[in-house]
Amino acid sequence: MATSKTVSKKEFWKLARKQKSLILISIPFFIYFFIFNYLPLWGLTLAFQNYKPYHKFWEQEWVGLLHFKNLFTDPDFYRVMRNTIGMSLINLALGFITAIIFALLLNELTGNLYHFKRVVQTISYMPHFLSWIIVCGLVSNILSMDDGILNEILLRSGLIKEKIHFLGKPEYFWWIVGFTNVWKSMGWNSIIYLAAITSIDPCLYEAAAIDGYGRFGRMWHVTLPGIKSTIIVLLIMNAGWILNAGFEMQYILGSNGLVLDVSETIDIFVLKRGFGRSGGFSFGTAAGMFKTVVSTIILLLCNKIAALLDEERLV
Amino acid sequence: MKKTFGDKVIDAIIVFIMCIVVIIMLYPMWNTLVISFNDALDSIKGGIYFWPRKWTLYNYQSIFKTDKIFRAFLISVARTLLTTVLNVFFSGLLAYVLSHKNFVFRKHLTVFMVMTMYINAGLIPQYFLYRSLGLINKFWVYILPSLVGAFNVIVIRTYINSLPASLVESAKIDGAGELRIYCSIIIPMCLPVLATVALWVAVGAWNSWFDSYIFAPKQELSTLQYEMMKIIASSMQMGIKQPDYLTESQTSRNTVTPNSLRAAMTIVATVPILVVYPFLQKYFVTINIGSVKE
Repeated sequence: MATSKTVSKKEFWKLARKQKSLILISIPFFIYFFIFNYLPLWGLTLAFQNYKPYHKFWEQEWVGLLHFKNLFTDPDFYRVMRNTIGMSLINLALGFITAIIFALLLNELTGNLYHFKRVVQTISYMPHFLSWIIVCGLVSNILSMDDGILNEILLRSGLIKEKIHFLGKPEYFWWIVGFTNVWKSMGWNSIIYLAAITSIDPCLYEAAAIDGYGRFGRMWHVTLPGIKSTIIVLLIMNAGWILNAGFEMQYILGSNGLVLDVSETIDIFVLKRGFGRSGGFSFGTAAGMFKTVVSTIILLLCNKIAALLDEERLV
Repeated sequence: MKKTFGDKVIDAIIVFIMCIVVIIMLYPMWNTLVISFNDALDSIKGGIYFWPRKWTLYNYQSIFKTDKIFRAFLISVARTLLTTVLNVFFSGLLAYVLSHKNFVFRKHLTVFMVMTMYINAGLIPQYFLYRSLGLINKFWVYILPSLVGAFNVIVIRTYINSLPASLVESAKIDGAGELRIYCSIIIPMCLPVLATVALWVAVGAWNSWFDSYIFAPKQELSTLQYEMMKIIASSMQMGIKQPDYLTESQTSRNTVTPNSLRAAMTIVATVPILVVYPFLQKYFVTINIGSVKE
């Protein structure tokens, strides 16, 4: 907006007087954001102190970067970073592939199958609205040793000889999280691809048909290239969330103690160290701060790249 | 294009795949529903897949008979309603303020707001803030931190900007104040977008448990999702004590098991969402696409 720069002081006050009520309304919002979003930043000073409850702020002992040094020398820290990034990558890859394939197949349901398409779509969004708690409950039901349906199916079809304790096996855990993510968000994530597909020029399909391409040929040579730029932009944007592998599933399903080594993410690390041990507030704050800073940098970087690509596409 | 025989075969294959997808999406919920209506002791024997073997409503009765769960249900409802109404009202109000292109603080307020989407002090500073505000173990800890959402504001503002400006102007000429214009013109005209935002906020509020766990662990403030979390966690042997209504009920004549209670609670916690969302679906698809494309 040009107004804020070019308006002279006199005009500013004239305008401000006219906008009394707008200013009055916006003051509480300034205060609200300040208290709930900016004031907690002050709490980050904890990371540089040896925080002791019942001491006043100025009585706290300042320790500089000690907690960060402890963080980087902590073997657990590298373990949780590995888990976070590992699960993120699996979620990213699986989530992308399934959502794209799902959108491509849905798009093929035309003509008298249109109503079927709507029904499938509606059902596929449903899990997006369930809470992680409920999803965890469902997952543990399905994978249960006692009466879980998956064990039952595998057993009856002769693929396995005895029941598998899926949630107790570290080697399965990341994949369970990955496929649950797919279950929960595939339908929802496909919305944007379906939208992108609708903007593809129908002439291209006719041309491809004349060139002798079949259904799959058209999917591969027209639809997929048509949404390629959307895919790339979204992929880059989502890569920014690499340090957010999720929290709830790992916390709840990982808590049986058998898979802790592979289930704990950086968020769980912050929670357990921050609240779990006495005097952990400072260390936990430092760990949380590390995550926020790194994550924000990656996020902004990825968004920037995505925006640049998007610009290029539009030109 | 006319469909050839080959096309029809491909259609059949895709329909088949989609049917499998639908089954995978629905079956976990269906199975839970079935177990919730089946006698708890009978369920332990296993083998219940598509239909209850021994019908009973006892699982549901025992949920609502238990004061703690009933209370948690009420807290969840109150929290969801209050958060949704307030968040939609305030986000819309701020969106309306920011939709004035010549508002002197427009830029400042926008930057101040958008920054909140990126900055995050983290869990522990947040806890300290709430503690010094006296919000720990208070009902308001559910409401106050989510009065306005920056993303919601942006979505609503985009919508307001797409409305014809003449309506607001004519109301101004008639001498209406800003608040008056917001309540009697903007809100009715923005119903589709407000409904969408309301759905997001309501689902978020209904589904959250972590704030109960950290900021309001007191039993009286427990939410339905937090109670579910406790049940699931105890069945995963997380070292969290099994909620005592489970142990209590196991000694009574009619028995419930953690599994069947969990199933019934899952249904109770899911139904409200599944009831609202088909009605709002027609709105959120268009809005979702619109806001992403911007």
